[in-house]
Amino acid sequence: MGKMLSSLFRHPSGRIGLVIIGFYLLAAILGTLGLTPHDPLKLFAIDRLKAPSGTYWFGTDLLGRDAFSRLMVGIRQSMLIAFASVAIATIAGTIIGLVSAWWGGLWDGIFMRVMDVLLAFPAILLALLIIAIVGPGTMTSVAAIAIVYTPIFARVVRGPALSLKQRDFVDAARTFGSSQGYVLTRHLLLNLVAPLAVQVTLALAWALLTEAGLSFLGLGTQPPTPSLGLMLAESRNLMTHAPWLMIFPAVTIMLGILGFNLTGDALRDILDPRTQRREA
Amino acid sequence: MTGLLSVKDLRVGFGQDPRANEVVKGVSFDLAAGEILAIVGESGSGKSVSALSINRLVDFGGGRITHGAIHLTRSDGTELDVARADEKTLLGIRGRDVGMIFQEPMTSLNPVHTVGAQIEEAFRLSKGLTGAQAHKATLDVLGRVRIPDAQSRLGYYPHQLSGGMRQRIMIAMALAASPRLLIADEPTTALDVTVQAQIMALLAELREETGMAMIFITHDIGLVAGIADRIMVMQNGVAVEQGEADAVLDSPQHDYTKHLLRAVPHFTSGKAVRNDGRRAEPHEPIVKVDDLVVRFPVGKAWFKPKGAIHAVDGVSFDLVPGETLAIVGESGCGKSTTARALLGLNSKTRGEIVTGSGHSVRPVQMVFQDPFASLNPRLTVEALLAEPAIANGQRRDDTLRARMAFLLDRVGLPQDALTRYPHQFSGGQRQRLCIARALMLNPDVVVLDEAVSALDVSVQAKVLELLVDLQQEFGLAYLFISHDMAVVERIAHRIAVMFAGQIVEMGEARAVLSDPQHSYTKRLIAAVPAIERRKQRFAVDMTQVPSLVRPPGFEPPPAQWREAGQDHRVRIEDTP
Repeated sequence: MGKMLSSLFRHPSGRIGLVIIGFYLLAAILGTLGLTPHDPLKLFAIDRLKAPSGTYWFGTDLLGRDAFSRLMVGIRQSMLIAFASVAIATIAGTIIGLVSAWWGGLWDGIFMRVMDVLLAFPAILLALLIIAIVGPGTMTSVAAIAIVYTPIFARVVRGPALSLKQRDFVDAARTFGSSQGYVLTRHLLLNLVAPLAVQVTLALAWALLTEAGLSFLGLGTQPPTPSLGLMLAESRNLMTHAPWLMIFPAVTIMLGILGFNLTGDALRDILDPRTQRREA
Repeated sequence: MTGLLSVKDLRVGFGQDPRANEVVKGVSFDLAAGEILAIVGESGSGKSVSALSINRLVDFGGGRITHGAIHLTRSDGTELDVARADEKTLLGIRGRDVGMIFQEPMTSLNPVHTVGAQIEEAFRLSKGLTGAQAHKATLDVLGRVRIPDAQSRLGYYPHQLSGGMRQRIMIAMALAASPRLLIADEPTTALDVTVQAQIMALLAELREETGMAMIFITHDIGLVAGIADRIMVMQNGVAVEQGEADAVLDSPQHDYTKHLLRAVPHFTSGKAVRNDGRRAEPHEPIVKVDDLVVRFPVGKAWFKPKGAIHAVDGVSFDLVPGETLAIVGESGCGKSTTARALLGLNSKTRGEIVTGSGHSVRPVQMVFQDPFASLNPRLTVEALLAEPAIANGQRRDDTLRARMAFLLDRVGLPQDALTRYPHQFSGGQRQRLCIARALMLNPDVVVLDEAVSALDVSVQAKVLELLVDLQQEFGLAYLFISHDMAVVERIAHRIAVMFAGQIVEMGEARAVLSDPQHSYTKRLIAAVPAIERRKQRFAVDMTQVPSLVRPPGFEPPPAQWREAGQDHRVRIEDTP
C-alpha cells in the first residue's frame, strides 16, 4: 500500500490527483471537527449576498451564511456519501462477481442478469427511482448510489475471476486440496486488487457527481445541512447577482472529480502489467 | 553462388537509450543465394532481434539499429543498405525480397478472413494479380506447400485448420511474392513433432525447387542439423561461433556451442535409457488405472442426445514405487487429460483409479507445464510452499519451515528464496519451486505434465537430473507426460504411447524406443530430430489425426493386444 502511494506520487497526474484528494480530505476533516471560519448554519442577516472578502472568503448566500464554511461541510457530506456508497458497492459487487465466476451455471445466470438489468438504466435515473420509493435522505443517497455502482464492480470482478479460475495455480491448489475459501481469497481476490483499486478510484469520482446531482434535485442531502449540490441549486436564481455562489461549489465539484479521475488513471498506468517495468 | 545478404557488425538496442541497452552486440554474417543459415541460441540471446533487423521489423518492437550495415541484393540486382533505408523502401523489401514466417500461425493469420482470401491478398500486393489470376496462383501455391484438396481449403477460416496446416498457409503466403530470402522464426516450435518433421521436410523441398535462401531461427540445434548449410550460435547478443553445419556440429570450437550440444537431449533410439527399473522384483502398484474413459459432451441440441469428444478411451496402466512411466503422444492425444483425471481435475466418465496407501493423505501430486502460470504471482515463496501443508491441516510453525528449507535445499534453491516472489526467479528456478511444492506433502506419485517442455535446453537437462535424484532419494513414482522422445528416453523406465485417446503401445522403455511395433510409434520416433541422424532422410508421412468427436452412444471396439516381447504390448491395428 505504501509502495503504491509512493509510485502514485511519482506519476505526474497521480501527484496532482493525490494533492487534490488530500486537500478535500483535509477540508472534510476540518468541516467535521467544526473548524470552519464561521458557523455554516449561522445567519448573518446584515451581510446577505456579500461578495468574497477577507471576512467571508467565498462570500455569503441569500440568508447571509458563510459560503466557505458551508463548502467545507458540503465536501465532508459529499465525501462521506461517496466513500460509504463506493465501499458498499465494492464489497457487494466483488462478492457477486466472485460467486458468479466461481460457481457459474445457475448462480452466474441469475446474478449477472440482475446486474444487466441494473446496468441498463442510466445511473441518475436508477437512483431517482430508488429515492422515489424510499424517500430522500442521506442514508437513501448512500444506498441508491451503492446499488447503482454495484453492477460495475460485479462485472469488473467476474471477467478476470473467470480467467484466473482457469489458471494453472488454481488447478494446482485443487490438487493439494486447498479449501474454497483459501482459493477464492488468496488466488482470486489477491490478483484482483489491481483492477479493483482502479475501479474504486474512478467510482468515487462518479459517486461524487451522482451525489451532487441528487442533492441538486433536492433528493439527496436535505437542508439545512450544507451540500455541494444543494448550494448549486440555491444559487441558480441568483446567478447574475451573486455569481460566486455558483462558481465556488461548481469548481469544487469539478476539481474533486478531476482529482479522483487523475488518480484512477495513474493507478491504471502503474498497475497495468504492460506498462509495468519488472523483470519477467 | 553470389552474395545475397551481408551483415556487418550489427548492433541493435532497445528503450530510451538504445546504445546503452544493446541486445545484439556486433553480429556479422554473409548469406549466399539459396543457402540456409540457422541462427541457434537460447531465449534472450538476440537471435530473433538479429533476424528481424534484416527486414527492419525490429523497429516495430521498439528496437533501433545503432551501428552496422545490412547489405541486401535486391531482385533487380541493386544493392541496398537496409540499416539506413527509409520506411517507404522497406515496404518494397518486406514480402517481395524478404519473406517471413512466424512461430505462432494462429496469431499471424487474420481470423475473420478465409485463408484463400489472405493468400490472394498476398498475390495482389506483391504481384498485382487479381480475380481469376490470383485464384489460380493461390491454388498453385497451396499445391506447392502440399495442402491436399486445395480447392475446398480456400474457403476455410484459420480456426478450422490444424496448426500444421496453418503454418503451411503462412509459408504459402510468404511464397506468394517469390522472395529470395525467407526468414523463419521458430516456425515449428508450436507444432507437434510429426508435424514439425513434415514442415521441415517441406522447407527443404521448397529450397530445392525455388532456390530461395533461408534464415532459420531456433533454440533447438538438433532440429536444424538436417537442413542448415551453415550454423551461427548466439549467446547474449554475440555470435560466438559460426561455420559450416557439419563443422559446428562435429567439432564445435566455442565452449557455449559444446555446452549446447551436450545439453540438447540426444535421441538414441533406446540406447540411453535408465537401468534402475523396478519391475524385476514384484511390487505392489501404487497407482492402478483400469479402463479409464473421459468424454466431454459437445454440441448444443436441446432434444437430441449430444455427441462427445472421446478424449481418453479405455486407458489402463499401473505404476510401481520408484519407477517412471512416460506417456508420450502429440497434442490432443489425451495424455494430459489422463494425468488430470488421475488428480481429479477432470471428472472421469468411467473406469477405476486405485491409489495404494502411501505416506500421506494425498499420495498423488502434480507439476504443471508452465512454471509461470502455475505459481500465483502475488504470493511469496513461503506462502506458495506452505499452501499444500496448510490445506491439509498443518500449522505454519517451525516444523513446516524446516521442511520448506529442506526441500528448497534439495531442489537447489537458496534459503533466502522464501521471502521472494515468483517473478524474481527464472523459468528453471520456478519449475524447481513447483517441484518443491509438489513434494511438500511427501507424495508417492508425482505427475509431471510436460514439466520440462517450457524450459531452455540447458536448464531442461539440469531439471531432469534433479528429478532423477529426487526419485532415487524419496522412492517416488513419476507419471511423466511428454511429447519429446529425447527427454523421455532420459527419464522413463517404461513408456506408454498414446494416440487418439488410446494407448497403442506400452512396455519397457528400451524395447519401445529401439523396436517400435505400432505404426504410430514408428512415425513418432522417425520424426524426432537428431544431430546423429541428420544425414538420414525419412519419408514424410502426411497422415492426419482422426477426429475424436463421436456420435452419441458410440463405443470403440475392445482393444486387441499382442505381446512383442517381455513387458512390451502392442495394440493390434485394424487393417483398412
